[in-house]
Amino acid sequence: MSATWAAVLVTAIGCYLFKLAGLSAPLKLLEHPLVARVSDLLPVALLAALAAVQTLAVGTTLVLDARLAGVAAALVALLLRAPFIVVILVAALTAALVRLAV
Amino acid sequence: MLRRSLSVGVATAAYGLSFGALGVAAGLDVTQTCAMSVLVFTGGSQFALVGVLGGGGSALSGAASAVLLGSRNALYGARLAPLLRVRGAQRIAGAQLVMDESTAVALSAEEQGDRAGRLGFWATGLTVFVLWNLATLLGALAGRSVGDPRDLGLDAAAPAAFLALLLPRLRDRTSWSIAVAAALVATAAVPLVPAGVPVLVAALVPVVVVLRRRGEDGDRRGMDGDPR
Repeated sequence: MSATWAAVLVTAIGCYLFKLAGLSAPLKLLEHPLVARVSDLLPVALLAALAAVQTLAVGTTLVLDARLAGVAAALVALLLRAPFIVVILVAALTAALVRLAV
Repeated sequence: MLRRSLSVGVATAAYGLSFGALGVAAGLDVTQTCAMSVLVFTGGSQFALVGVLGGGGSALSGAASAVLLGSRNALYGARLAPLLRVRGAQRIAGAQLVMDESTAVALSAEEQGDRAGRLGFWATGLTVFVLWNLATLLGALAGRSVGDPRDLGLDAAAPAAFLALLLPRLRDRTSWSIAVAAALVATAAVPLVPAGVPVLVAALVPVVVVLRRRGEDGDRRGMDGDPR
């Protein structure tokens, strides 16, 4: 088996076990008010972090490029209450046009 | 709800196209790239592995950062468990569908009741699974001819999708401050830790905030006493 296949399979097994472990976590633990509050706010933190990192990072470097323009345009579309898919298209189109122009 | 699942699915399909193309560009073959979308099925980890391998990293470091990034799905799963209450074969199958989009839709839909939350999870998970894998195959096949998926702005579509999922959740001062703090912490961490880890570091923000709030509440009660 090639190293690449090994990496693919190890990643698949590891990721699946994390997913399964989460679903199998004892429900009692989540009824604790602190745990409930943290897990309620967790998606906010993760979504904000994912949005920021995917806008600004290339590997371990921070880069300002057309993605920022795309995400800024998406934010305007969101504030205008555009549907989800329109927001995505606005982001991609803006980034593509900025790259063409620069 | 189903329309929401479909638009999330279509948005991630755009992301899947770019994953397929990037996978082939990083030196994986079409089978390996498609196998990742079926078996790993969590976008961040897939991009992490492909990114490390494409950047000349070892298979081990690639798999390690991908699995580390995938650990956030355990937190999602724990958050979803009381809503889904799945057992046996349903849990075995449902686990594979636990990822960013299905969790985000399920948790927003949960406000309209548990039934809506469960429907949100399964509809989004299955829609994204089908479209993500189709898009990966198309992206991988087109990979050699399309050139750079960035020319289509696909790399801006992904963060825009996260932003669109985030905004409806920002309802009070606490959620706003957590979002801002998490974005700043993750960005600051980018040059300091391996790719993929900044998001995990930011996951500590709500833990710290909630623990500190509890401490302050305790102090206040202690000093002021109860007026009643």
